[in-house]
Amino acid sequence: MKFGVVVFPGSNCDHDMIYVLKKIFNQEVVPLWHKDRDLQNCEFIFLPGGFSYGDYLRSGAIARFSPIMEEVIKFANNGGFVIGICNGFQILCEAHLLPGALLHNDNHKFICRNSYIIPQTKQSITTSSLDQDQPLKIPIAHGEGKYFAKDDVVKKLNDNEQVLFRYCDKYGKITPESNPNGSVENIAGVCNEQRNVIGMMPHPERAADENLQNVDGKVIFESVFKEIENRVISR
Amino acid sequence: MNVSESANLDVAKDLGLLPEEYDRIKEILGREPNFTELSIYSVMWSEHCSYKNSIKWIKKLPRKGERLLAEAGDENAGLVDLGDGLACAFKVESHNHPSAIEPYQGAATGVGGINRDIFTMGARPIAQLNSLRFGNPELDRTKWLLKYVVKGIGDYGNAFGVPVVGGEVYFDECFNTNPLINAMSVGIVKKGNTISAISKGVGNPVFIVGSSTGKDGIHGATFASEDITEASSDKIPSVQVGDPFQEKLLLEATLEVIKTGAVVGMQDMGAAGITCSTSEMSAKGEHGMDIYLDKVPLRQKSMKPFEILLSESQERMLIVVEKGREQEVLDVFDKWDLNCVQIGHVTEGDVLRYYMDDELVAEVPAESLVLGGGAPVYDREYKEPAYFSENKKFKIDDVALSGDLKEVARFILNCHNIASKKWVIDQYDTMVGTKNMSTNINCDAGVVNLKGTEKALLTSIDCNSRYVQADPFQGAAIAVSETARNIVCSGGKPEAVTNCLNFGNPYNPEVYWQFVNSIKGMAKACEKFETPVTGGNVSFYNQSTLNGKEVPVFPSPVIGMIGLMEDKKNITGIGFKNEGDQIFLIGKSRNDINCSEYLYRWHKIKKSPAPYFDLEEEYELQELVKQLIREHVIESAHDVSDGGLFVTLFESARENKLGFDIASDDSIRKDAFLFGESQSRIVVSVNPGKLEEFITMAASSNIEFSNLGEVQGNEALIDGESFGTIEHLAEIYDNVLHNMMEPK
Repeated sequence: MKFGVVVFPGSNCDHDMIYVLKKIFNQEVVPLWHKDRDLQNCEFIFLPGGFSYGDYLRSGAIARFSPIMEEVIKFANNGGFVIGICNGFQILCEAHLLPGALLHNDNHKFICRNSYIIPQTKQSITTSSLDQDQPLKIPIAHGEGKYFAKDDVVKKLNDNEQVLFRYCDKYGKITPESNPNGSVENIAGVCNEQRNVIGMMPHPERAADENLQNVDGKVIFESVFKEIENRVISR
Repeated sequence: MNVSESANLDVAKDLGLLPEEYDRIKEILGREPNFTELSIYSVMWSEHCSYKNSIKWIKKLPRKGERLLAEAGDENAGLVDLGDGLACAFKVESHNHPSAIEPYQGAATGVGGINRDIFTMGARPIAQLNSLRFGNPELDRTKWLLKYVVKGIGDYGNAFGVPVVGGEVYFDECFNTNPLINAMSVGIVKKGNTISAISKGVGNPVFIVGSSTGKDGIHGATFASEDITEASSDKIPSVQVGDPFQEKLLLEATLEVIKTGAVVGMQDMGAAGITCSTSEMSAKGEHGMDIYLDKVPLRQKSMKPFEILLSESQERMLIVVEKGREQEVLDVFDKWDLNCVQIGHVTEGDVLRYYMDDELVAEVPAESLVLGGGAPVYDREYKEPAYFSENKKFKIDDVALSGDLKEVARFILNCHNIASKKWVIDQYDTMVGTKNMSTNINCDAGVVNLKGTEKALLTSIDCNSRYVQADPFQGAAIAVSETARNIVCSGGKPEAVTNCLNFGNPYNPEVYWQFVNSIKGMAKACEKFETPVTGGNVSFYNQSTLNGKEVPVFPSPVIGMIGLMEDKKNITGIGFKNEGDQIFLIGKSRNDINCSEYLYRWHKIKKSPAPYFDLEEEYELQELVKQLIREHVIESAHDVSDGGLFVTLFESARENKLGFDIASDDSIRKDAFLFGESQSRIVVSVNPGKLEEFITMAASSNIEFSNLGEVQGNEALIDGESFGTIEHLAEIYDNVLHNMMEPK
């Protein structure tokens, strides 16, 4: 499996994602430059965190129009796997590959800290092998991370099990206090109806290196690798 | 030569030059300068660029060390060999004056400027720190400054993508008008891949890259070299405007262009913009330059030559390229969608000629402008202030022992200087780069993973301004010692120092006395710890208006330090780990409440000497703790600093919500035991299984140590008396800044 990590001008978690995929998990990974149109036969695309195009106008609003994104959108529409983390999530919403939008945090400040999230379904490549009773300590770092969607959209997300993660406390309880940014129903990550496009605000790549004393994010990557392997075998 | 804009002594004075400086300029040029030339001299000879009132003393700081790859002043930042083929570039710089009148942009561009100093050398910034001082927390102005300074640092640094790994926030009314905003950046470069700020090779083209040039920041360096007054807000145009997105592109493009091998030299444009970068690079390379100002990409039309020369627009660099290889450089900047325009070339001799539309508008010798060349150097007189001997009259016996020390303890945790800085820190991205090892193990210093090696880099920034005010020599030595102590407690060895010397007006002999003695104290401590000073920044003219009187800020020689951890398994946190672990105080408890937060805020006694400090004792203490960590004998280490032993114990307990049960020392006053700030003390916890090993090792050193008690339960128990549960105390400590900034 070949992974691609898109590099927008202003991306700043691209190196971190490449490091984790390559050095921690020994995967084949290439950077994909925003001006290019060639996905280099990547079978799985990550949109990393950062401030693409400075996040001027609105987070992710400009990035969706870049040449590489035209290809990523086609790739996703053909069933290819795309995961957006943080700014990547914002870009996927702006590109209408995912429902909803990410608004300014309720406290109108940038927030960076460890947060806890709890998997909501086994029906996604990022959560299929996760324990739904086990909260994960995953860092967040964003100014615009408040997930918002209209009531009928949220209902549909719930009905279809498209909500992958919700913010919770360290015991796994989903409470208003454990919602760091005011996201509707504590939503931290979602997927599209076809379940091949995934977005989440927390950064699992920041919790995957033992040197940092928190490897809660590893299981999310491992879930992805396992699921892909299964699909390849059953093909 | 355009001499139509005549310039005279009055114009020179308006630009901040002294009459004797004006005469000296005439002598250098052999004629009257024109306005553009006078502007050039006024910024290059400003305090900010020339260090004219400080350089004589700064040169007395220890500047040599085995690991140093560049001596202080040689490059934009200090450069230290880390082994494994890596070097570290690091520096701290002030942005006090701009932040005082426009806190958001002032602080943001401070972050931008210091990072450019690092990557212009070819190093990738991997960690940032900041040291912030504000006035009385009750004042609306303080809240306004804090809110926007933090937002400025966050918005710029978060987008730029370098984690904040350490810092300090300090409040005192002496900073009411004039906050101190110091930013530090630490970068990593492969040894041998650095680039110098040098210009040479006749005919080599000179390029300006990055943002376009606008009218922002003109005379910023001059503005930073005068007192802050009521009228200072009129100088808002002297404040630059930052664009972190451009900075991020400039970083990537710069590191990429260095790899082409086509770059002769490079310097960022900070203070004094094109003037400073062209003159410093030329003087260093002993060449001249012809610069065509009309070729500079501008943000607005009809800028005058002096405006283009002096603009401090951010996110720009000057690059001298090997002739014939221009296209390689152009390609890189084109890839990153940045300006890259040739504005001149290197010439023989050492004369800088600036042209506008084919007309020569200024002609000055590069050497005459720069520090170490023709820039003036002054001896300033100094005089011991009266308060210094008055402070020494303080006696602890004159202070009544407070009855309810539990109330004092809660009061201390509620002080803005002591309480958690979480409200600030949460607004900074502290984890981008996946290198910050002190996120999940809270350490006294920031610990940064050097990926691909066994090592970690440590960094810390510190200064207790009140101690320096009380006794500049001891205070500055304590600042060095405490910074080193932070690194040692976290598992490292101190290696090198950068400093940011924040003082009042140098023409005030009492202020200058503070400066001179701070330098002396700093030099002594740096020699002892073998941590040479690799560079830094001086910021004079910091003062506030209090009760209608102008008072200098507390002298604040802020110390930024880096250290190395040879084996990253040695990382040691401040938090107690297991119930039953024994708590030891290494170092001696003393009957000393000098300068403590307790004396200053609870008793409101503002005149006392610096706390007890002995450099030899400090050194021995650090040697012992280094050994204890290297041998894996202790579970945690946290130094005793602001707020005293009680605060240290509480902070160690708070990490994992583990209580403590300790006994005080009856030979000294209990308030001094709990809240005194005498130096050279570290609290460690020891697993009972390692007790024997610990005692043997500690006993073989000359340092006193004592068993305070043990990690136990969930309360702060002192002599059997509960000072509250850790959870309850944490509720006070955690919310002070939040309540100040966002009251319910």
